[in-house]
Amino acid sequence: MTTPASDAPVTRRSEYEYGFHDDVEALVKLPKGLSREVVNTISDIKEEPEWMRKLRLKALDHFNARPMPEWGGELGDIDFNDIHYYVRATDRDESDWDDVPDYIKDTYDKLGIPEAEKQGLLAGVGAQYDSEVVYHNIREDLEEKGVLFLGTDQALREYPELVREYFTTVIPPNDNKFAALNTAVWSGGSFIYVPPGVTVDIPLQAYFRINSEDMGQFERTLIIADEGAQVHYVEGCTAPIYSSDSLHSAVVEIVCKAGSNVRYTTIQNWSNNVYNLVTKRATAYQDAVMTWVDGNLGSKLTMKYPAVYLMEPGAHGEVLSIASAGQGQHQDAGAKIVHAAPNTTSVITSKSLSMDGGRSTYRGLLKVYDGADGCRSNVRCDALMLDEHSRSDTYPVMEIDEKRVDIGHEATVSKVGDEQLFYLMARGLSEGEATKMIVNGFVEPIIKSLPLEYAVEMNRLIELQMDGAIG
Amino acid sequence: MTPPPLFEIDALQVAVEDKQIVNGLSLTLRPGEVHAIMGPNGSGKSTLANALMGHPRYTVNGGDIRLAGESVIELAPDERARAGLFLAFQYPTDIPGVSMINFLRRAMTARRGEEIPVREFRQVLNQVLGRLQMDEQFVRRYVNDGFSGGEKKRAEILQLGLLQPLVAVMDETDSGLDIDALRIVSEGINTFHSDDNAILLITHYQRILRYVQPDHVHVLIDGRIVESGDASLAERLERGGYEPFMERTRERALSS
Repeated sequence: MTTPASDAPVTRRSEYEYGFHDDVEALVKLPKGLSREVVNTISDIKEEPEWMRKLRLKALDHFNARPMPEWGGELGDIDFNDIHYYVRATDRDESDWDDVPDYIKDTYDKLGIPEAEKQGLLAGVGAQYDSEVVYHNIREDLEEKGVLFLGTDQALREYPELVREYFTTVIPPNDNKFAALNTAVWSGGSFIYVPPGVTVDIPLQAYFRINSEDMGQFERTLIIADEGAQVHYVEGCTAPIYSSDSLHSAVVEIVCKAGSNVRYTTIQNWSNNVYNLVTKRATAYQDAVMTWVDGNLGSKLTMKYPAVYLMEPGAHGEVLSIASAGQGQHQDAGAKIVHAAPNTTSVITSKSLSMDGGRSTYRGLLKVYDGADGCRSNVRCDALMLDEHSRSDTYPVMEIDEKRVDIGHEATVSKVGDEQLFYLMARGLSEGEATKMIVNGFVEPIIKSLPLEYAVEMNRLIELQMDGAIG
Repeated sequence: MTPPPLFEIDALQVAVEDKQIVNGLSLTLRPGEVHAIMGPNGSGKSTLANALMGHPRYTVNGGDIRLAGESVIELAPDERARAGLFLAFQYPTDIPGVSMINFLRRAMTARRGEEIPVREFRQVLNQVLGRLQMDEQFVRRYVNDGFSGGEKKRAEILQLGLLQPLVAVMDETDSGLDIDALRIVSEGINTFHSDDNAILLITHYQRILRYVQPDHVHVLIDGRIVESGDASLAERLERGGYEPFMERTRERALSS
C-alpha cells in the first residue's frame, strides 16, 4: 500500500497492509511514563470537571495496587514506563471531513473509511487517531431524533450529567488492572445515546488508529440504548508496524435498557506489535438483546472477553467470536455471560483459528446465579489448527448455582484434515485454495451473521493472514 | 487402428506405512473403454484408487502412471485433477460451511483453467442435476455435510458430470446404494462416458456392471491383477466368488 514503516519488521505478516505510519510531529506528546502528574496533565488538557479528575486519580491507585494478571497471555514484557500515555495530533475534533488535517485524511483514505460513509453504508462515522477523536459525524435525521454520537471527551464537555450518570457503572474503576489503567488515562472513544424507541437502521462506525511509536491508546466508549432503542455499532482498529510494542487498553460500557437491542461489532486488525487488553461489558435489562460480534485478527496478544450481564427477566445476551492467530500472535479471547435474573437466555459461539505457530485460546465464563431459574444457554466453541506447530486451548468455565436451567455446551478442537484437503485437491483446488475453503467454511456461521460489507472484509483479512501462513 | 492409451498404470507399487499393498500392477485404458477391477476385501482396491489420485498417505515406491502419455507420478492431486484425472470417492469427506455450489464452481474453474460464466455454470449444473434426479436446492447444502449414503454418491457423479475428466476412477461407487439409486448413478456414469474418455470401475460386487458395461474385467488379489477377461469374467466371479483366484495366488506363493 505505502512504504513499510519499520526497517526491523517484528513480524513475517508481510501482507499486513496498514503497517505504514505518518511522519509528523504530534501537537502534544506527554513524556513516557505513568504518574499522578501525567494523569493530572491529561485532565488539565481536557479541562475536565473535578469529579473526573478524582476518578482518574483513584483509578491510578487501583492500577498501582493491583498485581499483573498471571493468567491469560504473557504480559511480562510490557514496560509501563516506556509508553506515551497521551499523544494528540490535532487540536480539533471535526465534523466536516474537509477540515481534518491532510495527512490524517490520507491515512483514513488508505483505510477506506470515508468511502463507506460516502456510499451511505453508515449512519455515522467516528475516527480516533492516537489519543484523540479527530472526526465525528452523524446523519442529520438521526441527530434530529436525539441520537447522540460523538467523542467521549466531547460528550463530557457537552453532556456532563449524562456521562456522569453512566460512566463506570458497568465496569467499575477497580474491575481489573487494565480497566483501572484505562479509567486513569482514558482519552477518546465513542459516546452513543439512543433515545427511547428510536431505531438507528444502519451501523454507526468508529475507526481507531494508533500512529505514534511506543504509544498507548486508551479509548473509552459508552453506549446507552434507552428503552426500546436499537443500534448497531462497528469498530475497526489498525496500527503501524514498529519494532517496539504499543499498548491498546480500551474500556467499553454498554447499557441496554428494557426492550432495547444493541449489536457491537469489532474487527480488530492491529499490527503484530500491539498488546490489546480490553474490557467490554454490557448490562441488559428486561427483554433487552445485547450481541457482541468480536473478530480478532491482529495484535501480538489480545485478552478480551466481551461480557453480558443479564439483569432482568427476558434479557438475551449473545457473543459471536472469531479469533485468528498467526506467527507470533496469541489470541486469548472468549466471552462472559452472567445470568442474574430468571428466564434469561444466552448463546456463545466461538470459532478460533491458529496457524503458523500462532496460539488461540478460548476462555469463557457462564455464570448462573441461584434463583435465576428458567435460564437457557448454549455454548459452542470450535478451534481449528492449520498445522502441527500451532496451538489451541479451551477454558470454558461454568458456574451454575441454580438447578432449573437448560445449559448446552459443545467444544471441538480439530486440525485441517488431510482427508478434507485431499478431497478438495482431488477436484483441482491447490493446497492453499483448499485450506482457505475449509477455513472459510469453519468461520461461516459467524461470518454470515455480519452485514455483507463486514463479512467480505473479515473473509478478506482471514485470507490475507493465511497467505502469510500457507504461502 | 488402436488409439493410443489414455491411461497407463505401469508396474505400480504402493505402500501404506511400510506395508506393501500394491505389487507391480499394470493396466492400460484406451479412449472409450470401461475397465472393471474386482477384488475381495483387503486386495488393495482403495489403496490403488487413492494412490492413482496421489493421496499423500500412500507411498508409490515403484512404477509409473501416465495420463494421455504424460507421467503424473510426480504431480500433486490437484495437478492430476486439472490434467483430467478424477476419483469418485468411496467415502466422500464432509466440509461444513462450504456450499456445494461454491465448491462446484471453484472446482470447474480449476479444471478449466478459467472462470466459468455464471449463466453457463447454472445451465450445465441444472442439466446434470436433472439427469441425476437431484433437487436444485441440493447445491445450497454444505459439501457432503449430513448427506445420506446415496446423496454422497450422487454428489460424486454430479462432479463427474461437471468436471468432464479424461479418466474417471470410481472407487466402490455402488456400495451403499439401493437399487433405484444404483440405476440413477449408473445412468450418470453412462451419460458421461464417451469415445474420448475412459472409466475404471473399482468394485467388490458385480451388480453395477449390469448397468455399466465393462469392456475388460480384471481380478485383483493381493495387489496384483491375477486374471483379465471380458464381461463374462465378472459373471464367473459372481457365481464362484473370489476364493478360486485366492487359492491359486496362495499356491503360486508357496511354489515360488
